[in-house]
Amino acid sequence: MAEGIKDKVAILGMGCCRFGERWESSAEDLMVESFTECLADAGIDKKEIQAAYTGTYNDEVNVGKSAVPTSTALKLPYIPVTRLENYCATATESFRAACYAVASGAYDIVLAIGTEKLKDTGYGGLPSGAGAGVSAFMNGPNSTAPGGFAQLATAYSAVHKIPMSKIKDAIAHVSAKSHANGAMNPRAHLRKAVSEEQIKAAPMIAYPLGLFDCCGVSDGSAAAIVTTPEIARKLKPGQPLITVKSLQVVATSGEESIGNTWNGAGFVTTQKAARMAYAEAGIKNPREELSMFDVHDCFSITEFVTMEDLHISPVGGAYDDVMSGFYDLDGTIPCQIDGGLKCFGHPIGASGLRMIYAMYEQLLDRVPDERKVKNADFGLTHNLGGAPHRNVAAISIIGRG
Amino acid sequence: MIGIVSYGGYIPRYRLDRKIILKAMSWMAPGLAGLARGEKAVAAYDEDSITMAVAAGRDALAGFDRNSVSSVSFASTSLPFKERQNAGIIKEALNLEDNVGTIDFSGSIKSGTTALLTTLRAFNGDTNRTDLVCAADVRLGKPASPQEMIFGDGAAAFLVGGDNVIAEFKGAYSTSHDFVDHYRGEFAKYDRQWEDRWIRDMGLTKIIPEAINGFLDSTGMQISEFSKVIYPCHYAAARKQINKLFGIAPEVDQSNFQAEIGETGSPHVLIMLAAALETAKPGEKLLVIGFGSGCDVLAFEVTEKITALQSRKGVSGSLASRRELDSYIKYLVWRDILPVESGMRAEEDLWTRWSALWRKRKEVLGLVGSRCTKCGTAQYPPQRICVNADCGATDEMEAYCYSDKTGKIASYTSDNLAPSLDPPAKYGQIEFDEGGKFMFDFTDCDADDIETGMGVEFSFRRKYQDNRRDISGYFWKAIPIKKEN
Repeated sequence: MAEGIKDKVAILGMGCCRFGERWESSAEDLMVESFTECLADAGIDKKEIQAAYTGTYNDEVNVGKSAVPTSTALKLPYIPVTRLENYCATATESFRAACYAVASGAYDIVLAIGTEKLKDTGYGGLPSGAGAGVSAFMNGPNSTAPGGFAQLATAYSAVHKIPMSKIKDAIAHVSAKSHANGAMNPRAHLRKAVSEEQIKAAPMIAYPLGLFDCCGVSDGSAAAIVTTPEIARKLKPGQPLITVKSLQVVATSGEESIGNTWNGAGFVTTQKAARMAYAEAGIKNPREELSMFDVHDCFSITEFVTMEDLHISPVGGAYDDVMSGFYDLDGTIPCQIDGGLKCFGHPIGASGLRMIYAMYEQLLDRVPDERKVKNADFGLTHNLGGAPHRNVAAISIIGRG
Repeated sequence: MIGIVSYGGYIPRYRLDRKIILKAMSWMAPGLAGLARGEKAVAAYDEDSITMAVAAGRDALAGFDRNSVSSVSFASTSLPFKERQNAGIIKEALNLEDNVGTIDFSGSIKSGTTALLTTLRAFNGDTNRTDLVCAADVRLGKPASPQEMIFGDGAAAFLVGGDNVIAEFKGAYSTSHDFVDHYRGEFAKYDRQWEDRWIRDMGLTKIIPEAINGFLDSTGMQISEFSKVIYPCHYAAARKQINKLFGIAPEVDQSNFQAEIGETGSPHVLIMLAAALETAKPGEKLLVIGFGSGCDVLAFEVTEKITALQSRKGVSGSLASRRELDSYIKYLVWRDILPVESGMRAEEDLWTRWSALWRKRKEVLGLVGSRCTKCGTAQYPPQRICVNADCGATDEMEAYCYSDKTGKIASYTSDNLAPSLDPPAKYGQIEFDEGGKFMFDFTDCDADDIETGMGVEFSFRRKYQDNRRDISGYFWKAIPIKKEN
């Protein structure tokens, strides 16, 4: 029986650049920014890194394929470097690969980095068409990301018999909460508080999602250096040990898009990945045990249904929790503590590591009091890549000790 | 007995009131006022002659075994492809067997009757086989031209056979004249015509009577035997003249649908014939005259079998399914007459990968998925390994065609970000009533029409327009069925 990853890998250092419309910076510049901070935080020399995993998604408008752009930009000294891509789980995948490399005993110190330059397309939203493949071109719908995720709302309304007006209220609260959190974060792209009324009055992007139901589109990079707990203790004697409690990725079997068992009102992959992650981390009741989390709020409705898919809110019951402030910064389990994708935007290859960074800085008490989560022992991050009917979910849990 | 065993019609849902054209263009051509009566049927932005022929063909095939079809003829003067057989695309969309003959008829708007006549004459008497004849056109007049007012879009289809004949073929007569009333050169987008008076006085009122008389003389039939005389001629005075010449009473003069559809070109008299068959009684005789570079005259006698033919949408059903196209500008954009900014997302290169389409021709053009022979699970796209986790059988699939299945909307959106010529782009998950699921584009609907749980039907449409290579890609779209329909 496999033991899982729990407590086998520690985070030695992390870095996260300022996310935003970084017109002045190339993807390589952003990599250098997050890597430089990460290396300084780890307190090691570059030549101590024995392997690296780099995540980028849109090679067409980003840095191109392969590990070479990363190894060249960072001047990594002829070490094994591998590029990963798995939709929006890309950065979490590079972190997972780095952790597994350490846990296997193959290497002592490994770099995970994720980067995306989205703002060279010339238009808003994600680049169209990328990643769809030859089949979807011939018979897939003329869809966009907001249109794909918007269907969660129409399906949820039909399945749970909750009128769209109530769903609109709840997802407006979701976005308002994230904006309030992001406004306090100097690394966030969107730093304005926005009222629920403004959110509901915004122009429609894809029914029923308005402009503020959609996350920003930003450039960004984040990085982590991982090692064994023993080495971390030795190198950082005066600092709490932050270890990996779980890493899980689940890809669809196709049942949601081809079969007839899925009701369209949530993510089968997230539901399964969450159960696997809690089991690996030893969490029995997530509603009682989690202290904070960042989920994949590409759209407000995605976050809304994810509260149920992570088995925190009861199925069909996210509305009550969201509206009661359960997930607000001063609520029971604060969600999107750094502002989320909503305020950081979603540079696809970077987002997963940016979320882990948000947990990491909280666990090390590095954030100002105004956005500090009290008594945080565990942090969970969640990515959802693809569309509701065909996707990959990734969950990582890190914690003290 | 040889003749028509089934008919089908298709008129696009969108109708443009000719007064809207007049309002937009009378500054340029005040003389259009005389033509600004009634409305014209307009193919949607995602329709062309192939998609409309498929719609009419499906209507004609309702209740018939598709495996009995041995040939597909397609008549049109607006063939989307010069090379790549258009009838072959129709054959794939109708999911017909591979061992069928296919042929495109073109070059004249009498190509519709020529296709029907050629098929009837080629029929070998095998009562186990049928032959499908489709005709459709989307002809364009320049903005402010009379043709823009007069022309409309539509399609008709017939199954020809020797068993259960509803209208027996009683003879035909053809003439050929290089009489150029309308013409289009190799690269012409728009129709050109010679003077109306010449078309009327030296064309329609001479060449049609000549052909009718030739037919009557050669067969010994009398014009008075016919319950309906079906011929194209949108000039009211010329029509009156021809009717007077032959003593065609108003109830015998089959409506040319000028006020409801417009002059549709190759399918025109076939649409009129399909409409006539909808109300025809056994024993009635129908005379059909196709006109364009000469004439085809065909005679039919309706049989008792017509009473047993399964009801179909036909021309009247299509006509009743109507949506107003309330903007002339939208019409110009849909017909690619007026360039429009669709955003940079619309500039993505849409390059058909022919080798991939060949592999997936049944899946894409025929909407053919698979059904697991072990557990019965229907799935689209076709799979090799069964999606049912409790089954998971490998290579135990049979082909399963979805195009005539019904389904319901499980989720939907109307998307302002996706580039579309009918924004917002509407699409959603469709659950098929007999199993299977897929996300489809929706068409012929407004965003406000759509609800979860609504029924849908499927329609073969243009999926994308590749302007760099001047071709379209085709796939199926869902049409939400409004409750009052």
